[in-house]
Amino acid sequence: MKSKFLIAGALAALMFSGAAQAHRQWMLPSSTTLSGTESWVTVDAAISNDVFYFEHFPMGTDNIVVTEPDGAVGKIENAAKGRYRSTFDVHLTKPGTYRIASVSTGVMGSYMLNGKQERLPRGTTKDKLASVIPAGATDVQTAEASNRNEIFVTLGAPTANLFKPTGSGIELVPVTHPNDLVSGEAATFQFLLDGKPAAGLKVTVIPGGIRYRDALGQMDLVADKDGKVAVTWPQPGMYWLNASIGGGREGGPGGQGGAGGEGGAGGPGAKPGAGAPPAPRPQAGPPQRRAAYITTLEVLAP
Amino acid sequence: MQISHRLALTGVAALGAAGTATTPAAAQTLNLSVAIPRLSVAEYHRPYVAIWIEKEGAAPRTLSVWYDVDKAKGEGTKWLRDVRQWWRASGRALSFPANGVSGATRAPGDQKIAFTAGKGPLGALGPGNYTLIVEAAREVGGREVLRLPFAWPPKPGATVKVQGSSELGAIALTFGK
Repeated sequence: MKSKFLIAGALAALMFSGAAQAHRQWMLPSSTTLSGTESWVTVDAAISNDVFYFEHFPMGTDNIVVTEPDGAVGKIENAAKGRYRSTFDVHLTKPGTYRIASVSTGVMGSYMLNGKQERLPRGTTKDKLASVIPAGATDVQTAEASNRNEIFVTLGAPTANLFKPTGSGIELVPVTHPNDLVSGEAATFQFLLDGKPAAGLKVTVIPGGIRYRDALGQMDLVADKDGKVAVTWPQPGMYWLNASIGGGREGGPGGQGGAGGEGGAGGPGAKPGAGAPPAPRPQAGPPQRRAAYITTLEVLAP
Repeated sequence: MQISHRLALTGVAALGAAGTATTPAAAQTLNLSVAIPRLSVAEYHRPYVAIWIEKEGAAPRTLSVWYDVDKAKGEGTKWLRDVRQWWRASGRALSFPANGVSGATRAPGDQKIAFTAGKGPLGALGPGNYTLIVEAAREVGGREVLRLPFAWPPKPGATVKVQGSSELGAIALTFGK
């Protein structure tokens, strides 16, 4: 089931179960601080256990949007998908900060039809919601799942134009610019949920290079009443930052869309047996609003 | 290379003088000697070197940057960010080539450069405590930063010396009129 679904490249749907799984989605730019009149960055994009090693699955690139420092829409070039990772390039031609983002909003939920509870299909988007609910359905319950995976790269001096919040999902607003990070210094970021300070948001920061150390080195942070989080970088390098709300763990075992996702009966490697009965889904409460945020931050040596 | 550098300095001296009415009659100079070590490595490239001053509460000022200034299409600027402390403090806010600041890379040996108060990239200095910083980054090599604190106006005969250990050798800052 799972591998089939992955191959379909339903990135948004994958993210729904992301919170409950060890798999981490990431984009890793070749550089975040660049000089010169123009420059290129190449980005690896993958879903893996360890950051930043490609060892599980490539991340889809169809949904990636480049925003240039002046707000114009840029493009990715030379996109390619390998067995374990995708890669693409972005040509930086304007001074300032670029955003490279994969943003999606899906809808989860359920309805009653003929006395049975049915779930909305995976990958349902807001605009298609009406078309997936059959006539005669009752007790329709839905919740949005907003996912944002974005990175920033800067040619010349950092700029802040493109940090105007959209008001949807979890967003990062710099107090410290994400391309101005140095080890030993504290950086502060503000997180918004649907445009309002995400007070109490749990934010996880993990240094890259997991393969060559025993301890994960994870920093677990909680946003203050203004949605702000301060991070002091223990060493230079690339860091993976993740924040989410309404993950699978809170929706009952496996949560919505998470059933069978984390090595339950058979696990991800098992072949979907023909005619095997689907695992019984636990009855969960009403679907919860979900939102996830991922970024990769480069911290330079002083 | 040295000649073109001197020319650049002279070029902006006029600009500096026009912009600063407060230039003292006998202008102070900062005389800097930067030793670039001779390294026995398989692939040697002259280092990129940035020289700038900082004062608490004031914007850092770049005095000089030595890089591949003559490369076609400004390609030499691609690696300026590797002089990373300077890039963050001041370099990223400049455009290149920077008038009176950009210069070619220099060969191993004692390299001398002078800056005049009230003129060119140094500009007018208010009294206070400053730090002159020299940072060198070498392609396929390492990087080193050295800091030379000094007070302004300088005491007569004052000298600040610091010794590098890898990418820089002895650096001496003296003051003259």
